[in-house]
This record gives sequence, structure tokens and C-alpha cells, in this order.
Amino acid sequence: MTQPSLRTPLARVRGLGPAKEGAHHFITQRVSALALIVLVPWMLLSLLSAVRGGYEDATAWIGTPFNAVLITLTVAASLYHMRLGMQVVIEDYIGRTTTRAVLLILNTFVCVFLFAVAAFSVLKIAG
Amino acid sequence: MSQTGWTDTRPKSPHLQVWRWHVTMLGSILHRATGVGNYIGAMMIVGWLFAAASGSYAYRLFADLAGSLLGQLVLFGFTVSISYHLLNGVRHLALDLGTGFDPKTANATSVLTLLGGVAISVAIWVLAGLTPVFSGIAS
Repeated sequence: MTQPSLRTPLARVRGLGPAKEGAHHFITQRVSALALIVLVPWMLLSLLSAVRGGYEDATAWIGTPFNAVLITLTVAASLYHMRLGMQVVIEDYIGRTTTRAVLLILNTFVCVFLFAVAAFSVLKIAG
Repeated sequence: MSQTGWTDTRPKSPHLQVWRWHVTMLGSILHRATGVGNYIGAMMIVGWLFAAASGSYAYRLFADLAGSLLGQLVLFGFTVSISYHLLNGVRHLALDLGTGFDPKTANATSVLTLLGGVAISVAIWVLAGLTPVFSGIAS
């Protein structure tokens, strides 16, 4: 016995994507990817030269205002992007509801934790 | 989706061991694998930042680890992982726009991103003269 729903068909469809969020995940994954197309090559190339000189050179490189801002942006966009990516991997392979929920929460915690560590480190060196 | 196991008795769709291998399939699998690899790589980058913030002693510990043979191998693997994922990510964005779906183009771009990822990594390490990356760290 099913009750006739009072909700409109649009209300029922809206927001009912695989993660109950419609296209939000899809779009944010790609917007962060766009940012990373610019940020990652910069980070990769500068990093490889920054690590050549040892502690003094590394902290000098991180401590420049320009570098400090771009490093923070790169790390933030990367962590955001990889949290979304790992979420899909977990949703694809982990069927058990409890395990899945635990891993999804852990995924978020790990990424937020890494951001806190990175942001503190950059600010401490630059500050 | 049930809580435990698979209750549907209908045949499942064929999985990896049944499909003939395609380069697009390899590219797709590697995109996910390198994505997970980059997850671990990001931890190393954050670890490097934290080591730098913790002072010269911590930094030297990190540098010694990264400068070891195993460390260098891992870092090169991370470079390949990043390069490939970035290139194939751009390919995916093009696919999202609805282009490059005919088999010929899709296969060609798959091969290109695979070769390109390795080529860029080798170029970064060799041409920049960065091997080994963490050599000569004293201070």
C-alpha cells in the first residue's frame, strides 16, 4: 500500500544523484581539476628546484609571499580534488554500509588534517 | 543496495577477466590507480612542508629518507603518477565536452597520455639534472 506522494516530481528528482547531490560532485571535481592544471605544474617544477639546496633554501622558497600563497592554493585544491576522487573509489568498491561510511568519514578527516598541517607549516615558515 | 552481500540471482555483468584488453581501459584503470597514488604523494608533500616547518633536524631526516634509493624510486613513481594523471585528466575534460569519443581518437589519446606521462617525468628528472633530487643536503 503506497501513499500518494504530496511532493512534486521535480522535488523528488532534484538532488537525487548517486551521492544524493545531483551533479555537484561531478562539477566540483572538474572545477578543482581546472585549477590544478595550472597549479600542479608550477608546484612540481618549483618544488624540484626548491629541494635541491637543503633546509635553508627550502624554507626560503616556501617563505616567499608569492610561493606561500600558491603552495597553500595548490595543497588546498589537491586535497579537495583527491577527497572527491577517493570518495568515488570508496563508493565503487566498498559495499558494506558501515565500512563504507567509516572510510568516507576517514577520507574527509585525512584530507582536512593534511590541510591543517600544510597550512600551519607554510604560515609558520612564511610568518 | 543491501547491507550484506549480493542477493540478486541474475547474471552479473562480465568483469575485468572477461574483457579483451583495450588501451582506453588500461588508461582508465591507471587514471584511478595514479589518483590513489597521488593521494599518497600529497601526504609526502605535506610531510615535506611539515618537516621544513619543524626545523633543520627534522628536515634532514626527511631529506635523507627521500634521498635514499627507495625514496628516489618512490619520488620518481610519484612524478610519473602526477604527470600521467594530469595529462589524462585534461583528456577527460575534453571527453566531458563530448569530443574524442570515436575509437580511433580515444585509443590514440590514451596512448599519447600514457607515453606523455612517462616522457614528461623522465624529462623533468633528466633534463633538469635533478637526479638525485635530495643530494648534497648538509645544512
